[in-house]
Amino acid sequence: MTLALIAALPFLGALLPGLMIRAGRTACATATGSVTLLALALLALQAPAVLRGEIVQTRIDWLPALGLNATFFLDGLGLLFAGLILGIGLLIILYARFYLAKSDPMGQFYSYLMLFQGAMVGIVLSDNILLLLIFWELTSLSSFLLIGYWKHLPEGRQGARMALAVTGGGGLAMIAGMLILGNIAGSYDLTVILQHKEAIQASDWYLPALILILLGAFTKSAQFPFHFWLPHAMAAPTPVSAYLHSATMVKAGLFLMARMWPVLAGTPEWFWIVSTAGLVTMVMAAKIAFFKDDLKALLAFSTVSHLGLITMLLGFGTRAAATVAVFHIINHATFKAALFMTAGIVDHEAHTRDLRRLGGLRTLMPITFTIALLASLSMAGIPPLNGFLSKELMLEEAAHTTWITPWAMGVLATIGAMFSVAYSFRFLAHGFLGPVRDDYPHAPHDPGPGLWGAPAFLVLLVVVIGLFPMASAAWLVDVAAGAVTGAPVAVKISHWHGLEPAALWMSIAAVGGGLMMLGAWAPLRAMWDGTPRPEAKRIFDGIIEPLAALARSLTYAIHNSSLSRAIAVAVLAIAAAALWAFSGGSHAPGSRALMPVEPVVAVIWAVTMAAAVSVPFLHRIRVVALIFVGVVGLLLVPFFVLMSAPDLALTQLSVEVVTILLMLLALNFLPKTTPEESPAPRRLFDAGVAGIAGIGIGWLAWEMMTRNAAFEPISHFHLAQSKPGAGGTNVVNTILVDFRGYDTFGEIIVLGIAALAIYALSENLMRSPAVTRRLAGTRPEREAGDRHPMMLVVSTRLLLPMAMMVGVYIYLRGHNMPGGGFVAGLVFAIAYLMQYMASGYVWSHARQRYDHHVLIGWGVLIATLSGAGAWAFGLPFLTSGYEYVHVWPLEEFELATAAIFDLGVFLCVLGAVLLALASLSRLAQRTGEVANTRAYDTEAPQESR
Amino acid sequence: MEALVAIAIGVMTAVGLYLTLRLRTFPVILGLTMLSYAVNVFLFSSGRLVQNRAPIIGTGETYTDPLPQALVLTAIVISFGMTAVIMIMAIGGFLESGHDRVNMSGRDQDDGGPEAGAADGDAAGEGRA
Repeated sequence: MTLALIAALPFLGALLPGLMIRAGRTACATATGSVTLLALALLALQAPAVLRGEIVQTRIDWLPALGLNATFFLDGLGLLFAGLILGIGLLIILYARFYLAKSDPMGQFYSYLMLFQGAMVGIVLSDNILLLLIFWELTSLSSFLLIGYWKHLPEGRQGARMALAVTGGGGLAMIAGMLILGNIAGSYDLTVILQHKEAIQASDWYLPALILILLGAFTKSAQFPFHFWLPHAMAAPTPVSAYLHSATMVKAGLFLMARMWPVLAGTPEWFWIVSTAGLVTMVMAAKIAFFKDDLKALLAFSTVSHLGLITMLLGFGTRAAATVAVFHIINHATFKAALFMTAGIVDHEAHTRDLRRLGGLRTLMPITFTIALLASLSMAGIPPLNGFLSKELMLEEAAHTTWITPWAMGVLATIGAMFSVAYSFRFLAHGFLGPVRDDYPHAPHDPGPGLWGAPAFLVLLVVVIGLFPMASAAWLVDVAAGAVTGAPVAVKISHWHGLEPAALWMSIAAVGGGLMMLGAWAPLRAMWDGTPRPEAKRIFDGIIEPLAALARSLTYAIHNSSLSRAIAVAVLAIAAAALWAFSGGSHAPGSRALMPVEPVVAVIWAVTMAAAVSVPFLHRIRVVALIFVGVVGLLLVPFFVLMSAPDLALTQLSVEVVTILLMLLALNFLPKTTPEESPAPRRLFDAGVAGIAGIGIGWLAWEMMTRNAAFEPISHFHLAQSKPGAGGTNVVNTILVDFRGYDTFGEIIVLGIAALAIYALSENLMRSPAVTRRLAGTRPEREAGDRHPMMLVVSTRLLLPMAMMVGVYIYLRGHNMPGGGFVAGLVFAIAYLMQYMASGYVWSHARQRYDHHVLIGWGVLIATLSGAGAWAFGLPFLTSGYEYVHVWPLEEFELATAAIFDLGVFLCVLGAVLLALASLSRLAQRTGEVANTRAYDTEAPQESR
Repeated sequence: MEALVAIAIGVMTAVGLYLTLRLRTFPVILGLTMLSYAVNVFLFSSGRLVQNRAPIIGTGETYTDPLPQALVLTAIVISFGMTAVIMIMAIGGFLESGHDRVNMSGRDQDDGGPEAGAADGDAAGEGRA
């Protein structure tokens, strides 16, 4: 369980900052940090077992049929990465607390950061590759949020989009690759896949799977030719750059290559693709880094270069090289995160990161300088720091690797190391050395320990690992490299290997060359500025822009923003499909006995049809059309009564009243007539479309009604169980509140949400100045003679208690006779609406003690509680119970928990209907009409208007 | 009787669809209301037409199918909720833009007036059509 908890903790922690930010920035950071600390502590508890060589596993079945299970495992590699992610994450949380400005939304930042942290931990702990892919995509998404954190900066938004497009695209390729791999191995569990090296490498699908997976890894780890997104992602706040782009996310690709190393590495394909990409990336990015003036851009390209170095080592496919790769992952994380944080401090204090405007900070910022000095010397590979140790080992490996010719790899690696020395020294020389200037944008001085504490700790690690590699790091390298290579590793790291190894001379050449490059800075820079270079962003935009244009034109071709066209196309398509399906089979005419037509029914039918058919002809006068539609709706009531559906009749009647009221209210704000716009042929076409659909539906209804159901209806069960099972005789009601209570529960929630959405939309409308202007201009075309006729006011007030009594009656009888919560809620709503209409909004609203929102909330709550009550008896949610009660002098009656549920339905319906109509009325308040605020009142004499 | 109901369903569907094919919001909403009548009656009729057999236990020997009734009952209430939501959207659209047309004119997405369009200040790479 612990492993799943470690992965879940950051996600849970992501909820905290949003709440804690109200308690202040320090409290927020502390809360966030303590979650990470807890996860780190849990990880540390697992460490002894892993160091003994065990593999810790957690297995939770999720979707076993798909082979997707929440399985986690922790081996040496996972321990190394999880430790890096959580440990550096903790430092970043501390650093960000002091780095972010007061105006930056810190809660948001920490939430995104924790999301990202959880996704990263998930990747490195996943045992199931499908689960790993989910976490992989999550890192792309959460890093998108983090890179674009400063939403006001266009570079931030563009950088975030580019990073998402590149890493997300690579992720898609990787999904395909992983699925192929899983199919070859016959399992999606990593631990199983890792044991199928021969089967995988012998498979015909090995190369496609390799290429697809490497696409994912290379895009994530910014390997050539996908390296260009990383420098653009530097628009993110520096804590993000330090975390994502030095220590964690970009290492996810490396992690994946290391994870898959046992099954994918060792073939010529692997060697050529991976080591070549790594080599090219290392040399090219190091060269670009040397010429970058922006501190973060320099570090970004340097990161790309170091990622290339590690990729190249993994590409060699030998155990020794993989071990060096693991060691360099640790070293790079320490010195590069420290350097990014240093760059952030310089930016924070001097208000610039431009090397051309810096220099001389050595005396102004001594602490920062010390940190920068040690970290960049390590980056340059100067003894005795940890960067030196892994660089020596890397050069040694490169010198013994044949790539095209026996010496090419060694030479190119040395050149890469030389560039690396050059940009490291340039970082120091142009940033910190030299004379103190008097034109910094802001007077720089050392920040408080909050900012330098985190990088100082990392630099301490740089020095300690550098001085005592065997004691401080070798054990971690052993266990991690052991996990990568699948065999026990006992690494031997030392500073001095004697005079024979090639690495010593390559190192000396690199340092010398790097120093010479810095010495020749001015002419080299002039040469660099003089050579034309491809601009990656322009190429990227050049590819993306036509794609976006294609997508746009396709979208517009299918969907041209015309609702009418979309409806017509859909209707015709459905009709054609239905006709095709219908004509495919043979159909005998229905055999069900038909019902004779009574004269009363015929009259009702004729009136309904007349009303319906006349609507298209006079729909331009909207009030008239509304009345005719209302007539059709109301005439459905007697139809339902006749057809044994009293509940439906009640519901239809009350809903119809409410709907017509709503539409009348709405018509206040809308034009009163519809202009004649469509030409006659168009109207004919529309009539044709409508006619086809109408004939189709009518025909279908006829075919259905003239034959019996093909299968036995399931409602026999409901009819049989209504009384003994649910304790009610009204089967429609028992279905609603008992048998299908879950559906009803969902429905009242939907209804509540709809009402709240209406409220929110109307509130939003009232905030818009354009709307307020237009509302103020809306005035009724004709004033009613008397707004609050006395007869109406008095009679509605007299009617209110009676209407409510009817409502209560309908609610109470609902379980046994037609009625129930839905209808009762509507009846109550109508009773209130009559007051609104007769006495005005303000008068009625002032007398209402509860908000409509509260009614909805109580409704849902009561329904939930009545359902949850079943848990107390060990029964599933919404199981109802009932009991017969006999209280003198009443007759015996039954108490059912379903009635409580129905009360929730009642409250929710009442609140939703009132809220919807009240929202419209509130809009009407803004039309500048004053009459509505004063009602005819019996207590006070009415003032003349 | 079945024929009358089938014709009524067909007519209500046709009228409802004709109205939803109009170009202004109000008739479209009226059309949706009319369509929901048709759909409700259609659903109801899947229980077949039965007279004087209301599904109240104890009122007779056999009863009509209660399940379509329960379905339609909730459908009636929900369609009110949806009508109300569309209505407020229509009002919002009219008040924001000054017209109540349902179709946007061709590719002109910024039909909403001067307030729209200012939302995204992204300079490069956005390329509005």
